[in-house]
Amino acid sequence: MSVLLFTIIILLGAFLAGLLGSLTGLGGGVIIIPLLTLALGVDIHYAIGASIVSVIATSSGSAAAYVKEGITNIRIGMFLEIATTIGAVCGAIVAVYLNANYIAILFGCILIFSAIMTLKKKVDHTTLDNTDKWANFFKLNGSYPDKGVDHPYAVKHVPGGFLMMLFAGTLSGLLGIGSGALKVIAMDNIMRLPFKVSTTTSNFMMGVTAAASAVVYLHRGQIDPGIAMPVCIGVLTGANIGSKILLKTNTGKLKIVFAVVIAFLALQMIYKGISGL
Amino acid sequence: MNTAEKEKINDKDIQLILGTLLRAGVIISMSIVLIGGAIFLIHNKGAIIDYKVFKPELSKFSSIVAIFKGVSTFQGDAIVQFGILMLIFTPIARIVFAIFSFLIERDYLYVLIGFIILAIITISLNGGLAH
Repeated sequence: MSVLLFTIIILLGAFLAGLLGSLTGLGGGVIIIPLLTLALGVDIHYAIGASIVSVIATSSGSAAAYVKEGITNIRIGMFLEIATTIGAVCGAIVAVYLNANYIAILFGCILIFSAIMTLKKKVDHTTLDNTDKWANFFKLNGSYPDKGVDHPYAVKHVPGGFLMMLFAGTLSGLLGIGSGALKVIAMDNIMRLPFKVSTTTSNFMMGVTAAASAVVYLHRGQIDPGIAMPVCIGVLTGANIGSKILLKTNTGKLKIVFAVVIAFLALQMIYKGISGL
Repeated sequence: MNTAEKEKINDKDIQLILGTLLRAGVIISMSIVLIGGAIFLIHNKGAIIDYKVFKPELSKFSSIVAIFKGVSTFQGDAIVQFGILMLIFTPIARIVFAIFSFLIERDYLYVLIGFIILAIITISLNGGLAH
């Protein structure tokens, strides 16, 4: 395939991935990797390198907006970044020694899990019980503004959340994704944060987490400018347009359709991985 | 003005600067990627590429030194890679800024946390672990 044709195809695919990723809340990375590997036959190592770059671009872009609104809890973000960056570096290092087929199988499983998570109804676990000694020591309790009113919240089970973040970071480094689904579980279900705070704080952490594994990938030659360029431009453009559509439409039914498509992609990746073993 | 109010205003300022820093980083680095991409396409549009097998030994720009060398000779793919490098440094710059702002707030615990994160990234940046 010529460079020009390849670039145009990836630009279009990445645009779609970014659009779908932001509409479903899954993120562009989990969609661009199956597109690159299944449709274009790109080696998964290159796909991961390009995807991690697009994760940095989209998450930093949207984090900028959230941080200005004051919803993001910067202390929780930075505290948990210790876990996610350690995980990310370990994951990126382990990825070298893993056969591409194992990575594809693991990726498929995480994809299915993430698709299920987007469909699950969210249960509000927030609490005002600010007696957790870790949360007090690290000053994690806070409040967020909504329609001019300050909503206070308290944080629970800090060590559990920290461990889950270590795991989320490892998967992020291993697979080149933001692993937002896992981060949100750690913050919603374990640490009892309000949705708005957990989603924006997870977004805030993604950039640093992805940067930690991206430097490992760069050194290893997994970030190829020929793929990374159309991927990050396409995903970023798609994600920006997606977030504008998101404000205007109700995505309930759309989410189910996307989840089915994503589950199908995931099964194909698992099948391809197993048949390649 | 009492101290609580002062702190709140300080927090707001920090959030504003942090947001602007992130946005500027993304816009600048993506512009560099676009320019580099255009140069790369003009010179290589007809070339045949194949990414079916991962060949790390063929990668031309896998270190910061190699990227800077390529940029100085105006190679499109090196400029793209430089833009990507800037993008990677955007969240890292955010940590550095956060360290300073916590230092001003005299929140030394979070200054320490910021340094721990920087240390983790620096270790992986040195590539000592990657090879």
